[in-house]
Amino acid sequence: MQNQPAATLKEDSMVLQKKMLADHYHKLSQAKEFGKKVVYTFVPGNLNELIWAFDMLPVHPEINALQAGMRKKSGNYVLEAEKHGHSEDVCTYVKCDIGMLKQGNIGPTGEKLPPPDLLLLSYTGCFTFLKWFELLQQEYHCPIAMLHVPYQGDGKITPSMIEYVVGQLKENVIPMMEKVSGKAMDLDKLQAYLDSSKRAEENLVYIWDTAKHRPSPIDAYFGGVYYIGPIFTAFRGLDECERYYELLKQEINERITTKSGPITPDGEFNDQKFRIVVEGPPNWTSFREFWKMFYDEKAVVVASTYTKVGGLYELGFRHDAKRPFESMAEYCLGCYTNRNLPNRIEILEKYMSDFEADGFLINSIKSCNSFSAGQLLMLRELEKRTGKAGGFIESDLVDPRYFSAANIKNRLESYFQMLEARRK
Amino acid sequence: MDVSLIIQQCENLLHDLSLSYVKEWKDKNNSQAIGYMPVYIPRELVCAGGMLPVGIIGGGDEVEVIRGDAYFQSYICRIPRSTIELGLLGNLDCLDGFLFPAICDVIRNLSGMWKITFPQKYVKYIDFPQNFSNIGREYYKKELLLLKTDFENITHKKITSKDLSQAICLYNENIKWIQKLYDFRSEKPHLVLTYELYLLMRASLILDVREHTQLIKDYLHSVENEKRPLRDYVRVIVTGAFCEQPPLALIRALESSGCYIVDDDWVLGSKYYTQDIPLLSDPIDSLVSAYCDFAVSTASRFEESKNKGHYLMKQIKKYKAEGVIFAAPSFCDPALLERPMLQDILTKNKIPHTAFKYAENTGQIQVIKEETGTFADSIKLWGET
Repeated sequence: MQNQPAATLKEDSMVLQKKMLADHYHKLSQAKEFGKKVVYTFVPGNLNELIWAFDMLPVHPEINALQAGMRKKSGNYVLEAEKHGHSEDVCTYVKCDIGMLKQGNIGPTGEKLPPPDLLLLSYTGCFTFLKWFELLQQEYHCPIAMLHVPYQGDGKITPSMIEYVVGQLKENVIPMMEKVSGKAMDLDKLQAYLDSSKRAEENLVYIWDTAKHRPSPIDAYFGGVYYIGPIFTAFRGLDECERYYELLKQEINERITTKSGPITPDGEFNDQKFRIVVEGPPNWTSFREFWKMFYDEKAVVVASTYTKVGGLYELGFRHDAKRPFESMAEYCLGCYTNRNLPNRIEILEKYMSDFEADGFLINSIKSCNSFSAGQLLMLRELEKRTGKAGGFIESDLVDPRYFSAANIKNRLESYFQMLEARRK
Repeated sequence: MDVSLIIQQCENLLHDLSLSYVKEWKDKNNSQAIGYMPVYIPRELVCAGGMLPVGIIGGGDEVEVIRGDAYFQSYICRIPRSTIELGLLGNLDCLDGFLFPAICDVIRNLSGMWKITFPQKYVKYIDFPQNFSNIGREYYKKELLLLKTDFENITHKKITSKDLSQAICLYNENIKWIQKLYDFRSEKPHLVLTYELYLLMRASLILDVREHTQLIKDYLHSVENEKRPLRDYVRVIVTGAFCEQPPLALIRALESSGCYIVDDDWVLGSKYYTQDIPLLSDPIDSLVSAYCDFAVSTASRFEESKNKGHYLMKQIKKYKAEGVIFAAPSFCDPALLERPMLQDILTKNKIPHTAFKYAENTGQIQVIKEETGTFADSIKLWGET
């Protein structure tokens, strides 16, 4: 299997994922034709179940931006936004989205994305979201529903926070969705979606947990964002999402039985020398090249934090149809970037121990202050607490100007050499 | 008191990075001091607890950041690194707690860094509501009540409604005189030099509110008699500088490039509400109202597009400004993301504007001075007024 050309090595789940995403973008391109209302919303703290309950279609601008990054289009979009007065200093997801909009809003599949009927600003764990949708509202002149999700400054969710989020859902968000969709809130429908989410969440947690095996049957960062996470974010709550995770679980179980590693663009990755935990988002413009730097050094990622911005489930949270609004609030409040720095360090420390990692690596993203501010302190604290070596590299989300392949490769090679030396 | 003496006193406070005034105040009053980072902090509650609120907005261009750079990457603004440098140097030891407002992700994460780095200190992240309806007000009220309890635990003394009402009155009086200062500045910009006004405002971060109010009164009384020439400058508003502050030399340069700065958003934490805080039966509700109903617009506060720019346009009208200078700290996400939206509105309203970035230790003043000088000239030559 390892000698097969990369193009032929596709598991059924990968084919299914590609089809689901293509179908979704196709539906979006025809949304206006079929009278479907479109909601733009963010990945962290997304309220997919609510959007489905109103029979609307979600668009996640970060996903469009990262898709543009992977398709080598983001550089041009970023420049377009800068031409319109956006600073070189700010988030490139935002600039990619604005640039894409200015150039016709053509989505990743080449079809035009519809303008939003509603901007659902679930302001969770990232200040830039707030400005991003203010900017989009100035462009689209559509209503905006603000859902302010308080930050866990003291590392805990208080009853007052839940009350605040639930209050906003009931008094602001849902009435606005009813107005935009022209449909009344259907609690049974919402509860059915939440039940489905819960089932998918069980499988998702199971899948992340399989990285405890040796060899790890998954790559929990590159594979995580490419094959495991996207469907969860875009389709959580739907039957097809459940089916996808059932299929993926079966495939991963087979890999565990055969002691096989994850599938990379260059084939199956079985010979795993280093088990790594990664903090921070990946670079999307050189995604394959970046991933290759890891598996070339026989490093597999066994846990990552970026895959938890859309929801952190391994600590026990599940959507709960019996407490629909409270559990949606708890979901938003619990997303990784909504947790304070001490809590983030604890999570990483737990990953290091649970997944028996050899080391951890921080990919510090120029664009993303929510992740990046404080990461140098996290590095030192984690080294102190775990006794394991940490690596630190810098890149950007979708601005190709900030991915220096030679520098990153050099650093990674040195880092893995250091891990090797520590073993002896 | 002579103007130069008042300004010298303010300048001494600015340069006193070891916070001698705070230490003396604590000794004299046998009480505590609480530090805070800029904007929207309910200082009245600190004051009601008998403590001194102390605004810390970085180390300016006077702190050589050495250890702070090991905490932040090069692409993160300078204010958190100079602030943590001050903390590591022990300059902030006299503060018994530190409040971090919800104004951006960097300051937010700094609150967690502070918890880890200074575990013996009280640290609180204040998440202001971005929803200003009753739900948001109720949430903020609960947050304020928790903060009040925390302060009571620090001082071992109850904060009564009377304490808080008295503190609100003190700050209302202070805001009234700050407003008079700005109005006078607008009326006679040649008398109130920008850097003097700035230093007076910076003093508000350190001084006991009563002393600060008196200082402004003294300044206004004295400055009226100054003989200062009226220059052919244009009237501009500076916006975007609500957090990390420009160096004093840059502020002087802006004025001398030909701009009378008739309004600004620096040291905004000392003038964040636009009118007196109403004295309600429950004074906690007064603080809620100050933030939800009367707070100035900043890039850190959610604003729908129908309201975007209203505050700036109002200020332009009120102070008869002829142009706007966007001065944002490098890597300041809120200010830099806000800027294109406001620029668009100004362009539609035919208000000239220009923009530059700075850091609190910017040394390349001349380039910026030339830019704002050209901007001023262009208004004088081709402006409608």
